[in-house]
Amino acid sequence: MIDAKVLLMMGCPEVPIQTSIALYLSHKLTNLGLDVTVAGTDAATKLLKVSDSDGYYAKKLVDLDKTLEDIIEKRNDFDICFAFMHNDAGMTYAATMGAISQAKLYSIVFGRHAETLAETIEFDCEKIVATAVHNPVQLKNKLDRVVEEIVK
Amino acid sequence: MSCIEQKKYKILLEKTTFKESREYIEKSSEEVYYVPPGYKIFNDYYVIGIPPIALGARDNALFFTYTKPCHGTFVLTIDDEESKKEIERLREMGKGKTTASSKKSKPLESSNKPTTSYQDIWKNKI
Repeated sequence: MIDAKVLLMMGCPEVPIQTSIALYLSHKLTNLGLDVTVAGTDAATKLLKVSDSDGYYAKKLVDLDKTLEDIIEKRNDFDICFAFMHNDAGMTYAATMGAISQAKLYSIVFGRHAETLAETIEFDCEKIVATAVHNPVQLKNKLDRVVEEIVK
Repeated sequence: MSCIEQKKYKILLEKTTFKESREYIEKSSEEVYYVPPGYKIFNDYYVIGIPPIALGARDNALFFTYTKPCHGTFVLTIDDEESKKEIERLREMGKGKTTASSKKSKPLESSNKPTTSYQDIWKNKI
C-alpha cells in the first residue's frame, strides 16, 4: 500500500479542525511514502495555502470539482480517499466519490452533529467519527489508528 | 462544475439536503429519470450526489440538483432549447423512468430516516 495514491477531499472549511487535520494527515501519509493530493473548495484551499505557504505539509493542492471531473472522465483516480464532512453537502460529495472512483473510501465525519450525520451515510465506506469542532486531538488519534492499519 | 451559474436558471429549492431535493424533484416532475453520479448535462455540468440521482422533466423544463459545499443542495430548473434536448436524451435512454401517474403509489423514503432528523438540525444551523 506504500505506493498508493491518496486523495484528501475537503469540504466547507467552516469547522476549524478540518484544516489542521488535513495538514496533519497529508504530512503523515507523505512521510509514510504515499502520494498525497489534497482537494478542496476555493476557501478551503486558501486556508491551507496560507497555513502552509511553502507547501511543506500539503505538496499537491487541487480544486475539488476539477478533481471529480477528472475522475468521472477517467483522466485520474486514486487508491484511497479520505472525505471530510460536517454537513449534508460534504456527504453528497463523498457519496459521489464512492460511486465514480475505485478508491477505498474513508468518511471523516466531524462537527457538532457528527454522530447524527454519520447515521445517515448509506454508501459503502469506513467511518471515522468525532464530535469535534475546535479540538482536533480525538480525531487525530482515531486517524492515527486508521493509518496504522493502512500501512500494516 | 460552476458553468451552470452562467445559465438562465430558476431556483426551486435552496440550501437543503440532497434527499429532500430528490424528493422534491420526484414530486414536482411529470417524468423522473435516475442517473448515476457524474452524468453530464448541458455539455459540461456533471450532476453529483447520493445515488439514485433524480432528474425531472415538466414540458421542456429540466429539474436537477446542484450542490455547493458550504450552502447545501439546490433544485434548479432550466427551460430552453438545451433543456429540451437534455430531456429528449433522457427519454431515449428511458432508464428508471417514472411518470406522474406511477408516482402516486410510490412510498416516501421517510421509513429509512433516523429518529433524530439531521435535516432539521442542519437547516436550523443556516
